[in-house]
Amino acid sequence: MNYTFQFNIILAHWPELVQGALLSLGLALAGFWIGAPFALVLAAVRTSGPAWLKRIAGAYVTFLTNTPVLIHIYFLFFGLPELGIRLDKYWTVIAALVMATSAYGCEIMRGGFLSVRRSEIEAAETLGFSRAQVILYVVVPHIVKTIYPALANYFIVLTLSTSMAMIIGVEELLGTAYNIASENYRHLEAFIVAAGFYIIITFVASLSLALIGRWAFRVKAKIF
Amino acid sequence: MEEIISEIPAFFSLTNVRFLVESMGITLALTFFGCGLGFLFAFFIVYARQTPGHWALPLRAAAIFYVEIFRRIPFLVTIYLVLFGLAVIVKNGSLFAIALIAICIYATAYTADIIRGGFESVPRQQIEAAHAMNFGRWRTLIHVVLPQSWPVILPPAMVFMVAFVKDTALVSQLGVFELTFRGKELANQGFSAVLVYTTVALLYFAMSYPLTRFGQWLEKRLATPRSQKPQRKLR
Amino acid sequence: MPHLEVRNLSASYGDLKVLYGVDLSFDKGEVVALIGPSGSGKSTILRVLVGLTPYTGGDVVLDGQPIQYGSAGNVRAARDKMAIVFQQYNLFQNMDVMRNVTIAPVKIKGRPRAEAEADATRILARVGLADKSHAYPDELSGGQQQRVAIARALALKPEILLLDEVTSALDPELVNEVLDTIRDLAKDGMTMLIVSHEMAFVREVASKVVMMDKGKVVEVGTPADIFDRPRSERAREFVGKILRH
Repeated sequence: MNYTFQFNIILAHWPELVQGALLSLGLALAGFWIGAPFALVLAAVRTSGPAWLKRIAGAYVTFLTNTPVLIHIYFLFFGLPELGIRLDKYWTVIAALVMATSAYGCEIMRGGFLSVRRSEIEAAETLGFSRAQVILYVVVPHIVKTIYPALANYFIVLTLSTSMAMIIGVEELLGTAYNIASENYRHLEAFIVAAGFYIIITFVASLSLALIGRWAFRVKAKIF
Repeated sequence: MEEIISEIPAFFSLTNVRFLVESMGITLALTFFGCGLGFLFAFFIVYARQTPGHWALPLRAAAIFYVEIFRRIPFLVTIYLVLFGLAVIVKNGSLFAIALIAICIYATAYTADIIRGGFESVPRQQIEAAHAMNFGRWRTLIHVVLPQSWPVILPPAMVFMVAFVKDTALVSQLGVFELTFRGKELANQGFSAVLVYTTVALLYFAMSYPLTRFGQWLEKRLATPRSQKPQRKLR
Repeated sequence: MPHLEVRNLSASYGDLKVLYGVDLSFDKGEVVALIGPSGSGKSTILRVLVGLTPYTGGDVVLDGQPIQYGSAGNVRAARDKMAIVFQQYNLFQNMDVMRNVTIAPVKIKGRPRAEAEADATRILARVGLADKSHAYPDELSGGQQQRVAIARALALKPEILLLDEVTSALDPELVNEVLDTIRDLAKDGMTMLIVSHEMAFVREVASKVVMMDKGKVVEVGTPADIFDRPRSERAREFVGKILRH
C-alpha cells in the first residue's frame, strides 16, 4: 500500500469544518425542537384520542418510521417544487428532520405515556384537572424521567443523520469535508478527519445530555 | 397534479417495474447479507472483548474502540471511508462489495452491543459452574451462554435489521443499483419526482413493515416461554 | 500421604483479604466439614481449589503433587480431579437433567454418549431422580435441582467432592433428601470437603471438623472434639451459640 497520508492539508481547513459541524448541530437542534411538540401531540393522540384520529396518527407515524429519511429528503427537495412549493435546501433538511422527529419522538413519548399508571391519571382527574391539565402537570413530569435517555439517544442519532444533507448540497460537516476533499484530492484524510469531528461532537453531546439529565431531571444517564 | 397522474401508465411500464423489483432485491440482499455477516463478526468482536488476561488488553481495547468509533460516526461517513480506503488497497473493487463491506462494518458495531447484552444476561453462576467443570471459554459460550442469550438478543437485533433496510438507501451514493438509486435514475429520466419518490417510499414500506411486524411477533413469542412452565424448547 | 493438603493458603478479593494462611489436610475417604460464621472464608477455600478464585500465597498439594493454579493446564488437571456443587445448584437452564449430567463427561472428558448416558441413569437413580431425566431445571424443586447438581458432579468421577453449603438455599422440607444423598456418598467412601451450617448432620457424617473464623483456622478435631470439648475460646463461643437449640 503506497499511500502517504497528508492530514495537514485537511486540518488547515479547520475553521470551515468547525462551521460545518455547527451547522450540523444547528440542523439537528432545529429538527428536534420543532419536531418535539408535534411528537408530543401525536403521542397524546395515539394514546388517548378518538379512534379515527388515532388511526390517522398511527398511519402517519408508521409510514414515516418504515421509510428512509433520505427518501423524505428527496421527495421534499425534488417533489415539492412540482406541487408549487419551493423550499431552500436548508429548510428541506429541517422539514425532513422535523417529520422524522415527530414520528420517532412520538413512539418514544408514547412508550412513556403507556408507562403511566391509570390510577395516577384518575386521581388527578378526580381532583378537578381537565384532560389537558392532567397531561401537563401529572403525566409529563413522570414520563420525562422515563423517556429522557431514549430522547437523548435519539438526538445523537439525529445529529449523525444530518450528514445526509450533504447529498443535496448542504455544507454541514460532511458536506464541507467532501468539498475540501474534492479540491485537494485527499478524500481519505478528509473523511477520517470528518469522522474524528463526528466522534467529538457525539461525545460532547452525550456528555452534555447526560449531565443535563443528572442535574435537571435527576436521570442517571450514561456519560459515555 | 393532473400531469403527475397522467404519467402513471408510462411510469409503471414493464421495464420500470422490473427494474424496481430487482432493485428491491438488491436492497434486501444487502440488508440480509450485510446484517447477517455483521452479526457473525460482532459475535467474534464480543468474544475478543471478553478475553481475559493481561496479554489480551490490546485485543480488548481494539474491540471496544472498534464498536465505539463506528457507532459514533454517520453511516454515510463509513461508506465514504470504505470507498476511498479500499481504493488505496484494491484498484477496481466492485461497488456491491464496497457497499457490503461498509454495511458489515456498521452492522458489526451496532450488533456487538446487542450481543454483549445478551451474553451478560446469563447468570454468572452458570458460567462458573461450567468453568469448574473444565469448560473453556468457547465451550461455555456455545453450550451454556449462547442458547440462553437468544431471547435477549433477537428482538433488538430484529429492530436493528428493520432499521437497516432504510439505511441501505444511503448506499445509493456509491452507485449500487438498490432501490433509491433506481428511483433517482427514474427521476432523472424525467418522471415526476412526486410520483417516483412516493412509489419508492411505498416500496420501502412494503419491505420494512412486514419485518417490523415479524419482529414484534418474535418479541412477544420470546417473552412468554420463560414464564410458562412446560413449554420451553428454546435451545 | 494425605489425599489433599492445603498449606498456608492466602487469598483476597481485590483489597479485601479473606484467607490468612490456612492449613488443611485430609486423607482418602475422609469427610471433612468446614464450619464457622459467614465470611470466615470457608467457601473461598473451595473456590480456590477449583480455580474460580485466585490465591495470593501458599500451596495446594493433591496426591503429593503441588498444583500451580497459574498454569491453565494445571487448573484443568485440578478440575479433573475435584468436582464442586454450589449453594445455588447452578444448573444449566437451557438443558434437561440428562444433558446437564452428561454434557461434561461427553464434551470435556470425551466419553462416548451412550456410556455417559448409562452412567448418568445409574447416578440419577442413586440420588433418587431416575424418572426426571428429561425434565428441565425450572420444572424441579430446589431439593431435586440440588440432587441433579450432585449427580452432575458425580458423573465426572472426581476423586474429591466439594460441597459448598449445598442445603443453605433449600426449604427445610427439602434439606433431608439432599443430606440423605450425601450420607450415602460418605458411606461409599467418597473423599468430601463439606461447607455446611447443618451441625447435626456434620456431627454425624464428618470424620474431621475444621472450624474457621475471619479467614483463619480456629480449631481442628473430630466432631466429638469440636462440639463436646472445644478448646479455643472462639470455638467455644461458636459452638455455644449454635448448639443452643
